[in-house]
Amino acid sequence: MTGGSRRRRRRRTVAIEGISRVEGEGSLRVEVTGGVVGDVALSVFEPPRFFEALLKGRKAAETPDITARICGICPVAYQMSACATVEDACDVSVGAPITDLRRLLYCGEWIQSHALHIHLLHAPDFLGCADAVELATRDRVAFERGMALKRTGNLVTEAIGGRAIHPVNVRIGGFYRSPDHHQVAALAEPVRRALDLALDTVEWVSGFDFPDLESEYRFVALRSPGRYPMESGRIVSSDGLDASPAGFADLVIEEHLARSTALHARIEGRFAYLTGPLARYALNASELPEVARQAATRGGLGNVCVNPFRSIVVRAVELVFACHEALRLIESYEPPDPPAVAVPPRAGVGTGATEAPRGLLFHQYELDRDGAIVAARIVPPTSQNLATIESDLRRVAQNALELPDEELTWRCEQAVRNHDPCISCAAHFLDVTVVAP
Amino acid sequence: MTTTKRPTLAVWKFASCDGCQLSLLDCTDELLALAGAMRIAHFNELTRNKVDGPYDVSLVEGSISTPADAERIRDVRRSSHRLITIGACATAGGIQALRNFAGDGEYAGAVYAHPEFVSTLSTSTPVSAHVAVDQELQGCPIDRHQLLEVITAELAGRRPVLPTHTVCQQCKGRGTVCLPVAKGTPCLGPVTRAGCGALCPSIGRGCFGCFGPSEGSNTGALAGRLLDDGMAPVDASALFATFYAGDPVFGDRALALAKTGEPAPVDDQDRPA
Repeated sequence: MTGGSRRRRRRRTVAIEGISRVEGEGSLRVEVTGGVVGDVALSVFEPPRFFEALLKGRKAAETPDITARICGICPVAYQMSACATVEDACDVSVGAPITDLRRLLYCGEWIQSHALHIHLLHAPDFLGCADAVELATRDRVAFERGMALKRTGNLVTEAIGGRAIHPVNVRIGGFYRSPDHHQVAALAEPVRRALDLALDTVEWVSGFDFPDLESEYRFVALRSPGRYPMESGRIVSSDGLDASPAGFADLVIEEHLARSTALHARIEGRFAYLTGPLARYALNASELPEVARQAATRGGLGNVCVNPFRSIVVRAVELVFACHEALRLIESYEPPDPPAVAVPPRAGVGTGATEAPRGLLFHQYELDRDGAIVAARIVPPTSQNLATIESDLRRVAQNALELPDEELTWRCEQAVRNHDPCISCAAHFLDVTVVAP
Repeated sequence: MTTTKRPTLAVWKFASCDGCQLSLLDCTDELLALAGAMRIAHFNELTRNKVDGPYDVSLVEGSISTPADAERIRDVRRSSHRLITIGACATAGGIQALRNFAGDGEYAGAVYAHPEFVSTLSTSTPVSAHVAVDQELQGCPIDRHQLLEVITAELAGRRPVLPTHTVCQQCKGRGTVCLPVAKGTPCLGPVTRAGCGALCPSIGRGCFGCFGPSEGSNTGALAGRLLDDGMAPVDASALFATFYAGDPVFGDRALALAKTGEPAPVDDQDRPA
């Protein structure tokens, strides 16, 4: 350091009100004193919408539609977790054809959500663009590829779910109507093209210039033998945890911090953890199909990726997986008959966990014997990731202090966008008082 | 840099799920054309660029549910020549408007199982309850083609062409078998605004009213029909009390059904604040 003691004690504050290119409203603040990063805070100032409260007394059958409204980016994730939760409480299993159709619907959401994040929210950072519109003036091919992938994801979601945002075809036990053969077969060609585009996307993003950063993450993801996790599984961690969704829910404690209308989740007796693409990949890479594994290798990924800036490569590899998986499910499609199994109500508690595009999403409901909700708990991926995003932010800022203020600010924003936080999801909680900004 | 003066567009988020502004990003074929026709001056989800107002057109997503947001929407109004609300949250308060029913005596318990839990919270109200609104676009979520029509009309200085008829009429247009008639399935199609394409009945599911009440809808007659078909009043109430519970046309009907077990209207004093 050449700046002398006066410079070393200099205070710097990185403060961003309204982080852009994330879903929802949040702010970040990093305090630097004398060359050392002190307080770091990612604050969520979305108004809470109290979903757990408004679910009370509603029928279990309404949970897929109501909880979908927590997030317009990943409504299928909420619908899938709601179904898994109610079916767990009522001890019903839906069988392979319905599970496969759910997985196909979920592939549609993964494709549209990852395509959105990669091209519209994340990539502009690496190319020094304010947004994807500017990116389009520099690399029109990449922009159009992203739009085509997004369109294909929406197409799959619409074909199975009826519409892309807040699908209408999902019900507890299955679907209102099974799409017929030709509706599903018509998806094969666009999805095949999307698979090629996804492979191009891996190549594109792996050529970006990534800041050096190695983080020590505690990864948490679903694992289901024989398949990359999506709609079901046990919850495992990189430090040996292996629990049922209900067992995991017992371990997670959520803290209410005054600065945030989202709760911060931690595993009891352990530390902060990370869910999402990096975690899924680290814990399940061996379950990826050959085409995705090869793409990962070409993209420079090992079996584990601990540089959060490279999450864009992992997301692109998952895009390859989701397209490949969708194609497999399309080609082997048999319409579920009946489209839904009966789920007779009974009193009990159910827990359901699925992999939303941004990570593990679990719901827990207590139902009465008529199938009405007595209590509900919903833990979205972003509230599980908040503590880890903050520790990333600290390390990223510490490593980038030589940058001028404007660039340091941008780098800090990027540290947040690396994890694709969905702030709308994170801020729906019950036990929260609104803190005036 | 273009030298022609383009109108500026701002997009704002209040209490909501993000889905309606996502509809704008879902316009994958039109996004660049839009960015060419309008200068995107404020749109947090899309861009880091933030240009100070005033703005020619503001799109507002989300309901007003905190004192800070009640202040912020006034700022948005002051800085916007035209203010357009998009989606059920911004136009009617959203599903979070269920909190408005809390603490309202005997019937609130039926609409809302634990009113004591939410009675201390603020209400969730539409933007129009706070500031003047120039145009509303309905739906939970909105339809992206209708959104493009609204923006196109705005640029052309004309009124947008939006449906005012019902899902029921749309079903007839599609040739979908009538679910209430054929199967006794509860359906809000006769009182719900068209715009979704009558999706639910086409897959054998009754309409659940996610585009809100149509103009002049007779919810009392429909409520009578639902009860005649064997639906319990509490369930009929819940059917009206979802994404448009904050719209009095549906909300009052939900209250009436919960309070009286009859499809009759309620007194003004029973309305939620």
